[in-house]
Amino acid sequence: MDLFKNLIFGFEVAFSLQNLLYCLIGVSVGTLIGVLPGIGPLGTIAMLMPITYNVSPVSALIMLAGIYYGAQYGGSTTAILVNLPGETSAVVTCIDGYQMARQGRAGPALAIAAIGSFFAGTVGTLLIALAGPPLADVALKFGSPEYFSLMLMGLVAAAVLAQGDMVKSLAMVAFGLLLGIVGTDVNTGVQRYSFGYPELSDGIGFIVVAVGVFAVGEIVSNLGSAETRQIFTDKVSNLMPSLADLKQSFMPILRGTGLGCFFGVLPGTGPAIASFASYMVEKKVADDPSRFGNGAIEGVAGPESANNADAQCKFIPMLTLGLPASGVMALMLGALTIQGIQPGPQVMTQRPDLFWGLVASMWIGNAMLVILNLPMIGLWVKLLQVPYRMLFPAIMAFSAIGIYSVNTSSFEIYLTAVFGIVGFVCMRLGFPLAPMLLGFVLGPMMEENLRRAMLQSGGDPSVFVQRPISAAFIIATAVILLVMVLPAVRKRRPEIAG
Amino acid sequence: MKPSILQNRDLWAGLFLIAVGAAALILGRNYAFGTALRMGPGYFPTVLGWLMIVFGLYILATGLRSGEKLEGSWSLRALIVLPLALIAFGLLIDRAGFVPAMLALVVGSSLAGSEFRPIEMIVFAIFMTALCTILFVWALGLPYPLVAGTSY
Repeated sequence: MDLFKNLIFGFEVAFSLQNLLYCLIGVSVGTLIGVLPGIGPLGTIAMLMPITYNVSPVSALIMLAGIYYGAQYGGSTTAILVNLPGETSAVVTCIDGYQMARQGRAGPALAIAAIGSFFAGTVGTLLIALAGPPLADVALKFGSPEYFSLMLMGLVAAAVLAQGDMVKSLAMVAFGLLLGIVGTDVNTGVQRYSFGYPELSDGIGFIVVAVGVFAVGEIVSNLGSAETRQIFTDKVSNLMPSLADLKQSFMPILRGTGLGCFFGVLPGTGPAIASFASYMVEKKVADDPSRFGNGAIEGVAGPESANNADAQCKFIPMLTLGLPASGVMALMLGALTIQGIQPGPQVMTQRPDLFWGLVASMWIGNAMLVILNLPMIGLWVKLLQVPYRMLFPAIMAFSAIGIYSVNTSSFEIYLTAVFGIVGFVCMRLGFPLAPMLLGFVLGPMMEENLRRAMLQSGGDPSVFVQRPISAAFIIATAVILLVMVLPAVRKRRPEIAG
Repeated sequence: MKPSILQNRDLWAGLFLIAVGAAALILGRNYAFGTALRMGPGYFPTVLGWLMIVFGLYILATGLRSGEKLEGSWSLRALIVLPLALIAFGLLIDRAGFVPAMLALVVGSSLAGSEFRPIEMIVFAIFMTALCTILFVWALGLPYPLVAGTSY
């Protein structure tokens, strides 16, 4: 079986001492920032990305991925123990998880969250291994029209399915595409929007935008909201869930994993949507829905599995098609590009170590999280006591060093300051920022493919609907837009903050 | 309930988009548009610029009808102080070296918060500078002089 051969190869890569170390660093940092509110995986990955320049692409990606799914674990820990969702994906976990903790069942709640996440992570890993190669095979046959249509669909879907105002999301995609234009036009050599700054002739640095918006802008926003955190820590005793707990959680974990995988491959839907959907399903199918909100273990098991499955499956379109389905995946894509790897279906054949090593490492990382985190919960909760007034200058310091280290250019530091302001203004005006990042990452590729497709077709735009695969993407894009414009559907979109 | 014009979030959001779109069009007016067959460097920016303006007008119009109120604060202090701290870092690291730049950045950004404890912050800034020196300059080997003029 090819699958097993590939997975064994992947484990060989992932089990090298260096990669294990980076995986461990990644999941630990991830858990840490998952526990700490006020800094999310987006900001952290952006901030730490420059540090990964000197390591191999595999190790870099393994570490960055670890931060991402590690944050999901960390987020649920604080949701259960202190009713404080460290990440938006854990908002739902607060409802019943915290109630369980109040009833003295924090241990089982944490354990079930970890077990569910681990199971979902395993399924997600297998799914990537199974779905990756055939998808990449198909994608290898794509020409420019297919790529353009695919990216269009990805961007529209990401904007439309994301939380918040749809028009604003689409506008942010356009804004991101515009920012992606800055620099030298590859076809003609014309400088666009670079205002005579040689630093801008290669385009705006990816890290600059990401750190500016997601680290600096976020801090400004946090400092503006005068929220004070109440922290109280209870001892967590008796970690083991009872047999009845396990039985009760079994089906919710399965359903949550399924939902998470489904939402995971859809662009734009964050883990928050998957976990929310899972919670709704569990409440619907329960014999006694009134238990929900009063410490029902299903309300922890389902959503926690769902958000982890979602996080893993987000890698499928990124790794096989080069299409980021969320802000974090856009960062991963950026990390690949910076390492000199052209993202896309050819990654799997040209750099099999990268693909299979990453897939295997995610499983190892999930196992590490279960083994390491449960005993360390006390430590993580202690970290919550680090006051924000110390946290944010530290984030600023790491961000600044990270950006400066890329090109040893203080110009990029100033540009980061500008993007911090832009990011905050956008946030204040109710614009979501992840779609902007997606547009920014995909912009140059999209323009390039559009121009190439038009050149090949002799200037006939119908090429996009005449080629069957491209036509399918265009139709899907139109359907997504139409469905969302219908007011009835629009009203039913779940409103979750984040 | 309709918020007043100045506090109408979507009105400002619409204006923001229109401004960005217009800027893209004006600054990019000299880029050749080209034809559908051979798109010039101006094709994509022009289309996007107009798209931004259309989105902006739509959001502005809905905002005037039933806009949401701007809530929360502009946190002006942080909005001004944090970028300034970054600029100080950028200026100092080229001219004075890693240590002064770090100290300025950590102390400077901590001024952005509402609770500022001078002694704690100075101690913390020294700690952060030491930590980052060990981590980045010594362990990761980033080639920055600790203090300008000296080799490290």
